[in-house]
Amino acid sequence: MNNLKKNRYKDQAFKALGVLFTFFGILILAILIYNILRVGFTRINWDFLTGLPSRKPEQAGIYTAIIGTLDLMLLTIIFAIPIGVGAGIYLEEYSKKSRLSSLLEINISNLAGVPSIIYGLLGLGIFVRYFNFGGSILSGSLTLSLLILPIIIVATREAIKAVPPSLKEASFALGASKWQTIRSVVLPSSFGGITTGIILSLSRAIGETAPLIVVGAMAYVPFVPHSLFDTFSVLPMQIFNWTTRPQQGFAVAASAAIIILLLITFVMNGIAVYFRNKWQKKLQ
Amino acid sequence: MSAIMTVKTDETKTETSTSEKYKLHAKNVSVFYGDFLAINNISMNIKPKSITAFIGPSGCGKSTFLRLFNRMNDYVDDFKMEGKIKIDDANIYGKKTQVEELRKEVGMVFQKPNPFPKSIFENVAYGLKIQGIKDKELIAQRVEKALVQADLWNEVKDNLNKSALALSGGQQQRLCIARTLAVEPSILLMDEPTSALDPISTAKIEELIYQLKQDYTIIIVTHNMQQASRISDYTAFFYMGELIEFDKTKKIFTNPEKKQTENYITGRFG
Repeated sequence: MNNLKKNRYKDQAFKALGVLFTFFGILILAILIYNILRVGFTRINWDFLTGLPSRKPEQAGIYTAIIGTLDLMLLTIIFAIPIGVGAGIYLEEYSKKSRLSSLLEINISNLAGVPSIIYGLLGLGIFVRYFNFGGSILSGSLTLSLLILPIIIVATREAIKAVPPSLKEASFALGASKWQTIRSVVLPSSFGGITTGIILSLSRAIGETAPLIVVGAMAYVPFVPHSLFDTFSVLPMQIFNWTTRPQQGFAVAASAAIIILLLITFVMNGIAVYFRNKWQKKLQ
Repeated sequence: MSAIMTVKTDETKTETSTSEKYKLHAKNVSVFYGDFLAINNISMNIKPKSITAFIGPSGCGKSTFLRLFNRMNDYVDDFKMEGKIKIDDANIYGKKTQVEELRKEVGMVFQKPNPFPKSIFENVAYGLKIQGIKDKELIAQRVEKALVQADLWNEVKDNLNKSALALSGGQQQRLCIARTLAVEPSILLMDEPTSALDPISTAKIEELIYQLKQDYTIIIVTHNMQQASRISDYTAFFYMGELIEFDKTKKIFTNPEKKQTENYITGRFG
């Protein structure tokens, strides 16, 4: 009886602790967002969104950074999705279990944890120098693609693993080939999971600064990129640059830019959640 | 059908003419999973348009043996087979065998209903679409025919675009049978098709299987003795990877040759 009581107390203590920790995280986030909104919200207007960067904080805008960010994301999507999803499908559906494949698997998981600056140095060595792409938007997007490839591969594999084997069996038993089964059964069933993984990985890529500094993204670019080989800026670069300036006006501008960056990220995450829910509903 | 015939190898020519009255023909078949012997030297002949029941305790190899006929074991790691299996005199493990063609000829219904998360119509049309059939009218015809055959048409004809997952378990299983029939196979493999269903759905499916015998050669794995005795013409009793006894169902259930068979059927073990 005594023991039972003790267990119940422990149970409640743990529950209280859990609630506390949960609110702690949310509280910090709330303070952060409140501060940024308080400082930066009034700074957001049409001129800010469509203005070019400037030495004068009151005139500085983030047009080139927004376009740079969107272009960079678009290119990263084009490079990373086919390769990442393709590799995930291959590893999950085609590759036979061997020492080579398990070595590959371990290393892909490890790559997902490599610090992003390392990818920046890799990009500098390969894309900027060796292929001579220079500090261009092409180099930047290829570097980010490398960064998020492991995440997409792992997410694709997890989503494919979640497809019930009985569905694949049913498809094979009806005379479907492997590719027909993947296309008609596996991919539709794992579409939501794969999409969620892709968008979460893009959410990570969108906030990256370190690897882009290394491959040569500029803080001050007075024009939007017109070709793959143009220099570019992105929102995190712009924010980073502004926060290092002494003028108070740039701190305000940085806060405003952070709001825009957060907004883009939230929208992307929202799309991810939408697809995931839709997918789960479909499977039930 | 024709595809199966084309995969005939030279070896088949030496076969005696007696094999012609058999639809399925297994000779000295052994199966290994790595070092584990799952099937030990089994030979069996199955007549066309008959129902054969495979019975035996769990792990006796009956499902493994069933899955040899449409090569579903090919996906299992370390799977190795010895011996020969022929369908209509064609060696289905020959080098020229196209597994996809084989499976159009040998349909399979699984233990748990496994409809695709698609509409009822799309489920039944699946096998036709992967064959590259594009004629919408033909597909609609075949879908209706299969659903009628599977005794499901009257229940779903107004809701063909509804998700298959909204159907009851018994309906789902009949849908899976319809999906298999739509491909127009000549052999049906059924791996405990009623074990996940309630008695009423089970009775319906048994009735259906009995009717399908007119056109199909059916093999059914079952744990249900009554089911085996009710619907099958022949019964094979498996134990520990061996075929203990294979005979007319009536004989097996009334006067089995082997003591082991009798013990299992009367419920003394297994």
